[in-house]
Amino acid sequence: MAAAGRRDAPEAPDFGILKRLARDQLIYLLEQLPGKKDLFIEADLMSPLDRIANVSILKQHEVDKLYKVETRPAPSASDQFCFLVRPRIRTMRYIADIVNADKMSGRSRKYKIIFSPQKFYACEMVLEEEGVFGDVTCDEWSFYLLPLDEDIISMELPEFFRDYFLEGDHRWINSVARALQLLNSLYGPFGRAYGIGRCAKMSYELWRDLEEESEGDGQGRKPEIGSIFLMDRDTDYVTALCSQVVYEGLVDDTFRIKCGSVDFGPDVTSSDKSIKVLLNAQDKVFSQIRNEHFSSVFGFLSQKSRNLQAQYDRRRGMDIKQMKNFVSQELKGLKQEHRLLSLHIGACESIMKKKTKQDFQEMIKAEHSLLEGFDIRESTSFIEEHIDRQVSPIESLRLMCLLSITENGLVPKDYRSLKTQYLQSYGPEHLLTFHNLKRIGLLTEQAAGETLTAVESRVSKLVTDRAAGKITDAFNSLARKSNFRAISKKLGLIPRLDGEYDLKMPRDMAYVFSGAYVPLSCKIIEQVSAARVSPRPGGSPAAHPCPVPQVLERRGWQGLEEVLRLLNGHEFSVSGSAGAGPGGAGRGCGSHSLCPAQTARRRTARPRRRSASCSPCSWGAAPSPRSRPCGSWARSEGASSSS
Amino acid sequence: MSRARADEEEYWHSSKFRAFTFDDEDDELSQLKESKQAVNSLRDIVDDDDDDLERVSWSGEPVGSISWSIKETVSSSASSLEGRDSSLQKGSSSYAAFPKQVSSYSLSSLFRGRNKLPSFQSLSDALSDTGVKNYAPELRRPKAEYKDYSNDWSPKDTVRRMQRGKVCSLERFRSLQDKLVLLDEAVAGHDGNVITAVLIFLKRTLRREILFRELEVRQVALCHLIHFLKETGEQKLLLDLLRFLDRTEEVALSQYREHLNIQDVEKRREFLKGCIGLPFSAEDTSHIQDHYTLLERQIIIEANDRHLEMSGQSEIFRKYPRKASILNMPLVTTLFYSCFYHYTEAEGTFSSPTNLKKTFKIPDKQYVLTALAARAKLRAWGDVDALFTTKNWLGYTKKKAPIGFHRVVEILQRNNAPVQVLQEYVCLVEDVETRLSLATKYKCHDVVIETYKDLKDRIQLTAYKCKVERGSAEEEKINSILNNMQIRWKN
Repeated sequence: MAAAGRRDAPEAPDFGILKRLARDQLIYLLEQLPGKKDLFIEADLMSPLDRIANVSILKQHEVDKLYKVETRPAPSASDQFCFLVRPRIRTMRYIADIVNADKMSGRSRKYKIIFSPQKFYACEMVLEEEGVFGDVTCDEWSFYLLPLDEDIISMELPEFFRDYFLEGDHRWINSVARALQLLNSLYGPFGRAYGIGRCAKMSYELWRDLEEESEGDGQGRKPEIGSIFLMDRDTDYVTALCSQVVYEGLVDDTFRIKCGSVDFGPDVTSSDKSIKVLLNAQDKVFSQIRNEHFSSVFGFLSQKSRNLQAQYDRRRGMDIKQMKNFVSQELKGLKQEHRLLSLHIGACESIMKKKTKQDFQEMIKAEHSLLEGFDIRESTSFIEEHIDRQVSPIESLRLMCLLSITENGLVPKDYRSLKTQYLQSYGPEHLLTFHNLKRIGLLTEQAAGETLTAVESRVSKLVTDRAAGKITDAFNSLARKSNFRAISKKLGLIPRLDGEYDLKMPRDMAYVFSGAYVPLSCKIIEQVSAARVSPRPGGSPAAHPCPVPQVLERRGWQGLEEVLRLLNGHEFSVSGSAGAGPGGAGRGCGSHSLCPAQTARRRTARPRRRSASCSPCSWGAAPSPRSRPCGSWARSEGASSSS
Repeated sequence: MSRARADEEEYWHSSKFRAFTFDDEDDELSQLKESKQAVNSLRDIVDDDDDDLERVSWSGEPVGSISWSIKETVSSSASSLEGRDSSLQKGSSSYAAFPKQVSSYSLSSLFRGRNKLPSFQSLSDALSDTGVKNYAPELRRPKAEYKDYSNDWSPKDTVRRMQRGKVCSLERFRSLQDKLVLLDEAVAGHDGNVITAVLIFLKRTLRREILFRELEVRQVALCHLIHFLKETGEQKLLLDLLRFLDRTEEVALSQYREHLNIQDVEKRREFLKGCIGLPFSAEDTSHIQDHYTLLERQIIIEANDRHLEMSGQSEIFRKYPRKASILNMPLVTTLFYSCFYHYTEAEGTFSSPTNLKKTFKIPDKQYVLTALAARAKLRAWGDVDALFTTKNWLGYTKKKAPIGFHRVVEILQRNNAPVQVLQEYVCLVEDVETRLSLATKYKCHDVVIETYKDLKDRIQLTAYKCKVERGSAEEEKINSILNNMQIRWKN
């Protein structure tokens, strides 16, 4: 997006290569099982698969029938079964059941499991336990990265959040490291790597470790990605907890954007069927409104419609030759634009209908008070009523978590009463949800001074225990204060207002939350890159009249030490990752003198370097407010009772 | 003598018992000496143990068989082996390729042989002979991957190999010390997949008390084991582990979680009854108690109402057939249900709203919201009225609500309440701005007119005239107010 309105922005790297690589590898793997075969696909791999291949490609490689994992195959099915799955224990049991059922009935088949993105030892253990090891062959489809748009790549690992932050399982770190390796080999070497958070650090170290073995290739190539940022989700929960008010965010809230595409139902399409629409930079209407505050979208759309009308009207008074030209050259584009316009207008109507039915305005107001720390009592009773009326269970939790993080936990009395009412409204089994949220540190109870010390001393005992070395993240977050107020003050995340916040010509990124909050992760990237980030990534150049200053990128975390301390650190910053090893990773900017002069010059020449930022789930080259908008939220909610 | 000594040395470098003495590193040397003596004196018994090992091994497989060796690879690590044999028979030709006689080696025969034949090859030599069979399940992979196979990898190298998805036998990590070094390396390597693999190996080769004890001081590894046990559903071992760690609350939660898997309501109720005694916090215990009581109630209500509905005698069930069963619904939904179908019942019955309110100590606010929604849905405006009417001791009536009246209006409006009903509540909204906007939105003209009159806002009132129908009572009312000379307009 950043490239859209700027002449000095470098071209976006061609992330399409990632798709082609994944497709080629999948085809190769399918060919390893020659002949006709039935393919079983895990439900949450379907959307990603859709983005890189289609049924005809599968058919070309002799896939006969397609099944969803968890369904029973038809009895007359083929002699070969191929399973395209995530490395999950329950999927292994499902496959084993099929194999064992076949054995019982004397049916012999060939079975192949393709794990994406990688195989886990625990899966093989289950296959062995179930007595089917050896009956099945296993392969890995190294599909680590899916480009969702020209500037957003996602790992599409829905379990990541829960596995790492709730269970403390490090199983996906290897996948992140390999994804980094892939990015580095295609678009690197990265100029500089920055990171905040324990997971970021471990991923970085493992990646360097992998990289050391394959040193040498890619040297001397022109790097297409300047710097990388690795950031743990838990450094900035607030961004994920606030209501989104830009068009793309609202579309996601209302219709759920999955893998960069959305299903618009009959009420949007004003016909009797749903349409699946890809939402990306290719959609000329969407790309112009996706990052706009919802209030400016209507005006834009009506302007656009009028222009379209005018263009259609031109054909009146045309002679035959002009008409011929018009039909052959312009009509198709106009029709396409017309289709897109009517879809997005329909979507806007749907969003408006839904949001006015709920008390969206009141909710936003409550959120803003929480962020500013005013009228806490009022917001608390708003949340209470929200719960009592059985409005969305997720929204209720979201608001409670926001209250907890901004206030360093709930007052014990409020915690108890809200929890009780929540269980009464949405079901007693949510007791488990509350425990999970507490463990993760998203929804906590303010401890009386005494108990906090008890926890801390318990934790510190664990820390000093030489053998323990590291404490779990669960303990970590228990003991951690969210420090929200201090951090937002330090970084100016809550804009001071003199007068109305101009949402159409915003001064900063806070417009994505109606001027209430600047996303922390984006702010940090802005601070580090020093080159000023445009307030509106997709906006017109007119929105920022002053040219982007030619400023050197900040070396390391210099000047941000205090913020990092409040964020509970684990930060690192390493330059010229081609040369520096993990040893260079450390506090502050100790390694910047190693930075080759050449790199520095390149930076000055291209101040608005593209930088890829990494959150556990996705990379985004532009500081989009929330690269996987509700993804991580959905997962923490999933942390409820389904374990 | 010197030979015997050499034996001893070798023994100390290869025995699986080594680690037990390294457990406490404080006084390594003296302890080492002591234990060495102790073990030496026990040598005969140790040899016997080895014999035992040969017969049974850890998992009950005859040591040295092909299936044993396949099983002992890292990637394959647990007990059951059904299907292994069939896989070998019809499996790829590569299985047949490896030498049968190799399998006649067993680790314990080496142990024994060592004493009797001092010149016998070292343990690791022997292992590299048997090495080829250790990755049998992976033989379909290109041979190149095994070119660099060796058995002398340090724990660090082993972990590195595993991180890259290569096969690696863990069997040579036999002493506790070695196992723990391996585990620590895996943790330091940051790859959860490898940590879990090592834990699967440790779980299989260590007594659980010892495993638990070692994990207690290794929090990261501990998390992995707990998560692994949750995923594989080894509930019993999980509970044992949590109990060992004194995490009583987690024990309770983990047991309580099981109720989600019980579909049969009677069984679920019984199970929940058992959960009440679990070591929850006092607060949570009362939630669990409520959960049990709620389900118990729902079972009674469901049985009664189903009967009522079937018999067709009750008018309300005929008019509004139930869409779903009330079983396993949240309390508020149950309350709504009972306000809908059983509103007038005496407090004595289980299905009456007042009984539910009392039993579960439902706050006024929540009760009123739910009852309002239910009665409004039935368009029982009289009940709605009664819900907010209070009498003081002089007999005057007054309208009071534990929730804002704007909320009441909203709920009534959503249930298509007539304007007469609506405006009664709109005029009770305290905040003037809100009252005006609600009244305008829902066309409660009287309220709008009265409010502007109270505000002495002539301009707004005049402007409102065009919103009401020509010649209607409202228009007349506006006109008469505007003509009233008594009012001192502010504009």
